[in-house]
Amino acid sequence: MTIREIQKILDAEVCCGEELLDREVHTACGSDLMSDVLAFVKDQAVLLTGLCNPQAIRTAEMMDIVCLVFVRSKVPTDTMIELARENDLVILSTKLAMFPSCGLLYENGLRGGSRI
Amino acid sequence: MSDAIVLKYDVPGDDFTRAGEASSDIKQKLRKMGIPPEAIRKVAISMYEGEINMVIHAHGGQITVEITPEDVDMLLEDHGPGIADIEQAMQAGFSTAPEDVRGLGFGAGMGLPNMKKYSDEFSIESEVGVGTTVHMKVRF
Ligand SMILES: Nc1ncnc2c1ncn2[C@@H]1O[C@H](COP(=O)(O)OP(=O)(O)OP(=O)(O)O)[C@@H](O)[C@H]1O
Ligand SMILES: [Mg+2]
Repeated sequence: MTIREIQKILDAEVCCGEELLDREVHTACGSDLMSDVLAFVKDQAVLLTGLCNPQAIRTAEMMDIVCLVFVRSKVPTDTMIELARENDLVILSTKLAMFPSCGLLYENGLRGGSRI
Repeated sequence: MSDAIVLKYDVPGDDFTRAGEASSDIKQKLRKMGIPPEAIRKVAISMYEGEINMVIHAHGGQITVEITPEDVDMLLEDHGPGIADIEQAMQAGFSTAPEDVRGLGFGAGMGLPNMKKYSDEFSIESEVGVGTTVHMKVRF
């Protein structure tokens, strides 16, 4: 699935990374606890989170996550967008809550990452 | 040794928004050096967890990173409150993080287990009232 498809499915707004929307995403993860996210290896993953702070961007950076989705209409600050741009990270913002967001992506064929 | 690079970072203890800058810098340097992405990710995750721990539990500290052609060696030292029971702290899910830290996305009690899992060598020493030292190595 591409990031553009994710954007359509979640009817999301693109906060940054417009030029990277055709990138492929293989797995997804939904969590508000960053070290829970860091516990799993994911390949070209999208992270869905309700946690809207610089640490969410940092965590995505450390994991080589390609796309971050803020659920429940949360929008990143300018500092966060700058940090995301430096790391070629796409940020989307959807009005949907966490559960329906994950459910819609799952229904459309996206799966979770693997445990090591 | 001529082919080792040593980098030192001061991790500020009072600014949570800046936590992760040291790990981010190392990650970029390793990428420029052409280190395999899997090894970079292991270094980035284990160092980031250690850096966050310094900020949320120990009012900051110092990180010394040594990069050689074979591996990355990370030494994380702080003069925070120390850990009374290391075995307990190492358990997945154990956390003393206060509620405000949980609201920021930390306090799952997964940091130390992650550091152990992602590094090839891991050791931790701590004394209550003196501080904590974590040593990790990731081989390429
Ligand atoms: N540098 C440190 N100084 C003092 N105490 C520490 C330090 N690092 C860890 N601890 C103690 O060990 C516990 C477990 O650490 P760990 O990193 O596994 O989880 P956490 O930091 O609480 O949550 P998470 O890492 O999942 O966000 C901490 O809650 C804290 O009590
Ligand atoms: Mg921790």
